[in-house]
Order: sequence, then C-alpha cells, then structure tokens
Amino acid sequence: MRLVDDFRNSDLAKGLIGSIRRSSTKHVRLMEFCGGHTVAIMRHGIRQLLPSTIEMLSGPGCPVCVTDNADLDKAIALARLPEVTLTTFGDMLKVRGSRSSLQQARAEGADVRIVYSTLDALQIARQNPSRKVVFLGVGFETTAPTVAASILQAEKEGLQNYYVLSMHKLCPPVIKAILDSGEVRVSGLICPGHVSAVVGSGSWDFIARDYGIPCVVSGFEPVDILQTVHMLVGQLEKGESRVEIAYRRGVSAEGNKRALEIMYQVFEPCPARWRGVGAVPGSGLGLRDAYRRFDAEAAFEFDPGPTVEPKGCICGEILRAIKTPRECSLFRSVCTPANPVGPCMVSSEGSCAAYYLYGAADD
Amino acid sequence: MTERILLAHGSGGKLAHDLVEKVLVKPLSNPLLDRLDDSAVFSCSGRLAFTTDSYVVNPIFFPGGDIGKLAVCGTVNDLSMVGATPLYLSLAFIIEEGLLVDELERVLISVQAAAREAQVQIVTGDTKVVNKGSADRLFVNTAGVGTVPEGVDISGSNAQPGDKVILSGTIGDHGIAVLSQREGLGFSTRLQSDCAPLSGLVAEMLTASKRIHAMRDPTRGGLATTLNELASQSRVGIRIEEEKVPVRDEVRGACEMLGIDPLYVANEGKLVAIVHPEDAEAVLQKMRQHRYGKNAAIIGEVRPDHPGRVVMKTSLGASRIVDMLVGDPLPRIC
Repeated sequence: MRLVDDFRNSDLAKGLIGSIRRSSTKHVRLMEFCGGHTVAIMRHGIRQLLPSTIEMLSGPGCPVCVTDNADLDKAIALARLPEVTLTTFGDMLKVRGSRSSLQQARAEGADVRIVYSTLDALQIARQNPSRKVVFLGVGFETTAPTVAASILQAEKEGLQNYYVLSMHKLCPPVIKAILDSGEVRVSGLICPGHVSAVVGSGSWDFIARDYGIPCVVSGFEPVDILQTVHMLVGQLEKGESRVEIAYRRGVSAEGNKRALEIMYQVFEPCPARWRGVGAVPGSGLGLRDAYRRFDAEAAFEFDPGPTVEPKGCICGEILRAIKTPRECSLFRSVCTPANPVGPCMVSSEGSCAAYYLYGAADD
Repeated sequence: MTERILLAHGSGGKLAHDLVEKVLVKPLSNPLLDRLDDSAVFSCSGRLAFTTDSYVVNPIFFPGGDIGKLAVCGTVNDLSMVGATPLYLSLAFIIEEGLLVDELERVLISVQAAAREAQVQIVTGDTKVVNKGSADRLFVNTAGVGTVPEGVDISGSNAQPGDKVILSGTIGDHGIAVLSQREGLGFSTRLQSDCAPLSGLVAEMLTASKRIHAMRDPTRGGLATTLNELASQSRVGIRIEEEKVPVRDEVRGACEMLGIDPLYVANEGKLVAIVHPEDAEAVLQKMRQHRYGKNAAIIGEVRPDHPGRVVMKTSLGASRIVDMLVGDPLPRIC
C-alpha cells in the first residue's frame, strides 16, 4: 500500500464507518493517548462521523504539554547562562514557563537554537568547542533512544561540551496513574503508534489484564484510526479485553529491542512530574551514573526560581481527559495559538491547538 | 570567478559605477533604463496599479528559482491579482559585503529571464552594500506599475455568495522546495519551486470572463491564509473540498514528515480566483490550456453562511474549520 494515500482512501474509510455504526450498540468511551492521534482525529473530522454511542477522549500524550512548569523554568534558566547554547526541538520554543519562554529568552540574548535531530546538536557542539551545548531532552520513548544515542556518540568522540537536560517521560506508568486515579472512566484505549513501535504492544498487556480495558495500537491515518475504533468496538461488544495491533507496518509485540537497549544503557527510570497529573513514580528517565557527566542538571549551577501556574488555564484537567478545551473559559477568547496561555495551545499536538485549528464547522 | 562585492561597491565611486553599468544595467538593458537618469520617465493611460514587495528568501538559490526570479514574479503577480497588465518594475538590492559577484550575476540573469517572460521592463533601480552581518547575503525590493483594462474590477472585497473558487494548480511546491535546502533538514527531493509570473495566465482568464470577482496568489501563509483573507475582506463564508485541492505526492510526504499542513505552505506561482458561477467553467478551461494552470481545479464555493470563515469538507465527509496560519510552522517533536 502507498503509505499516505491508501490510508486516507475515503471508500475504505467510509466502509469502516458503516461497519462501526452497525456493530456499536453499547455506549463506550475511547481514549486516544497520543497527541498525534488527537490531531489526526480532529483534522479529518472523525468524531463527527462516529455514532453517538462512541465518545472520544483525548489523553496526555503530548510531550510538550505534559512538561511541568518547574521543568520549563529549568530549561529557560539554563538557556540564560552565558556559556550555554541550548538546542531544542522547535515545539518547545513558545511554551511559557512560570515567567518566560525560551523564545523570550532568545530575544533577550540567550543562545537558543532549533534543531531537527540530536545529530544537529552534536554537530553544533563539535563546531563550537568553546560553547557548552545542551540538548533539551523532551519526549517519550520515541525520542529518548535517539538522545541516548547522541550521548553514546559524544562519549565515543570524547566531546567535552555536550550535555542533555533530560525531561523524558515514559508512557505506560502515566496511563496506569490516570487509570488508578479513577477520575476518568475509559472503556477502551487507542494506544500510541510511535511509542509502541519502540516499547512494543506487549507494554499495554497489563491494562487489558489488570483493568479489563481493551487496547488497540493505532497508526495515524484516518483508515488506521477507524480500523482501531472498529477493533475496540468489536472487543467491547463481546465483553473482551485484549491488546491488538492495527498498525502492523510499524509495531510488533516486542518493540524495537535495539532502541530500548540503547535507551536503558544510558538512562534509568526515575520519578517525574507531569503537568496536570503530578508526580508519577518511574515515569521519567534520568542519566545513569556512568553517564552523569552529560547531565546538564548536575553540570551547571542555575536558579529556575519559584514555580507559578498560569491563572484560569485548565490544561491539567484537559490532559487528564476530565475536561475538554471547549469547557475552558479562556479557549478561543483569551487563549489562541497566537497568544497561548497554556502548553496545550502551543504544541502542534496539543488538544487545545487541535480543537482550535481543526474544530468542527459548528464550533 | 571569486571576485566579491565590497563595501566600496556601494560607495558611489568608480567601483560602484562599474558594478551598475557592467553587472546590473547590461543584462536588463532597455531605452528607459539605459538613460540612467534619476527617475524613469514614461506615459501611461487609464487606471494604474502600483505595488511593492521585498524579498529575503534563504537560501537565495533554490530548486526552480532564486531570489531574482522571485522578486520579479512576486511583484508581477501582485499586479496581476488585480487584473492589471504589468509594465514597469523597479529593482533595488541590499547586498551584504562578501557576496560573490558571480552570484549577483546569476541573480541578474534570472531577473532578466523572468522579466522577459512577464513582458515587463526594469526601468529604475538602486544598490546598497552593507557590513557583514547587517543583511543575509542579498535582499531585493521590487516595485511595479501596470494598467488595469476597462471593465475589470478585481478585489479581495468582491467575492459574492454562489461564486466558485478556482485554484490554478498544486499547492506547497515552493515552500517545500525551499525548506528542503535549509541547513539541518537534510531531506532531498526532486521538487522544484513553482515560482512563475502569472500575468500571461491572468490575461488568458480575462479573455474568458470579466466576472472574475477576486484573485490572490497564496504566497506566505499558504492557501488557507489566502482564503481566510478573502472570506473576511468580502464578509462571506468559503467552503472547499479537501479532495479537490491538488497536492503533489512529494509535498504531501514532506509535510507528513515535518508535521506541517500543505494548506499553510507557501506558493510563488499559483493563484486563487473567485469567479461568477456561470463563467467558472469557461475560466477553468482557459486556465488548463496555459502552462501555469494545467492542474487548475474548482475547489469550492463562496457561501452566505459563516461569514469570515473557511470550512473544509474532509475526504471522509466531515467538516472542519480552516484557520489562518499563526506564527511560523515549526516541525514537530515526535
């Protein structure tokens, strides 16, 4: 199949929608964990096409959005150090911490550079031996192995001026935390596609087994997502709960062993704070002792200042799927992509930005 | 040749004279320019259209064009979008010292070729050289005048409910071709910028109908932003169909990879025309016969409901809002 067009084939999609309509009798609540899925669902208008028995919830799967203000403040404080060149993916630039953003720090003279991969950050370090180059490690299991690989490469080359500020997060522990909180009733889980490509669909077995919630790993095209909904409805109608894969072209049960090996060679699980969810044990990745010298947090002295949360912003509740962007009094009036209050409006994969940009015509 | 532009080239002295006469004026030679007076003097009759734009594209050479071609086409197209026949352009350079004279010459050759194709003359110009770091290699400004034929009244405020929305071809080619050349992105493509003068296409369209109500070239901000501008200026709604908007596979693929939407990617040789429904088919046929309108398509229509908003029917049959571009499209994180 052609990788984009065939998975957007409208006849296939319409067939799946018809089949979902015919088979869905029970009222169910399906959560898409991943921000990439939220965007695809909104962009193609999938919610409008599903029967009223199916309610879709957006989960916390946007790495930019779940980065806590305290962590953002650290990144900004670090960027302001005169000897530091902070390299980051573009999405992080506009997110406001307690008092400022990386974009603002850059305008005030901080050396902040957008990169498209950790290899670019390494290259900047090689070319600027007098600068201390820090890579802002934000992302899930999809990104962390590439950051780990950059550290291994820096070690191999003996690069003395490359550091990582690790704010990586792991997905399975936070899904567990959300389910354990009991705040939100989820009948089926649309599991993240790219995270699963690394961790393997087996990582979700505990959800099907311990919580009785069916899980299907989905790709990001409309046909992928509809196929996933179809499979979840199939399980729910029969009262089953298994882990299935609707994204076989990218995902296996075991995942990418080499990527996981590299990730765990460099990092180890540690507690992490998630915006909206709070501290979740074992949901972050910190550098192992053997690689401590690459840890920006240990290598530099900086003061991120006290943490302040934006007033009136309900990003936290939106990330926990207990509220939708439309229920926020700031949405569309005060908070827009041009003037975002919270991170869910900044990130291209944030729920608020997806609702704003791709909202239904009657919004 | 490795001769470089020096600050002295902008000083008004001998070097400056040589640069103007040998490098700048020679390839663009025409009677109005060759006089080298302080102003070009010419007569025109009827209604005049007048526009200006500055060009700061990075890199200055990209697949399918360069900053020179862009500077001519951009201004020619702005004139064409009100139905004017472009006649005369000004051309001003701000050069960062150190630019290779060779490179400037290549830019001039493109200016010459684009001006010839668009049947316009460069009749006045200026050159400044600034210190290293005060500009990014080469900035260009062009201004242009043209005449608007009798009976032609094209404005972004003129779209009427019921009008058809015609797009002249595939979207996103220019933006993706330029992005592919940027340092750090590291993807290669055979894609060429669509940069082209649209005056010939517009002249053909006007032979088919005088009821072309609005036209605009979807440059920065892409098709989505242009349609929003037209909807809000004319206080009408616009409804388009996703499946009707032509996008090349290479553009779609690159956009998927970078996490951007082709609706927001820049074009430099495309136009959107809002045409009376009875004339839309005739205009479309004329467009398809022209080299810059081969992939033209009717992509939607103007509606009385939801004024100021653009709504798109997705390929699955759902409807969603298409908003203006906000900020720069930034590649995503995962």
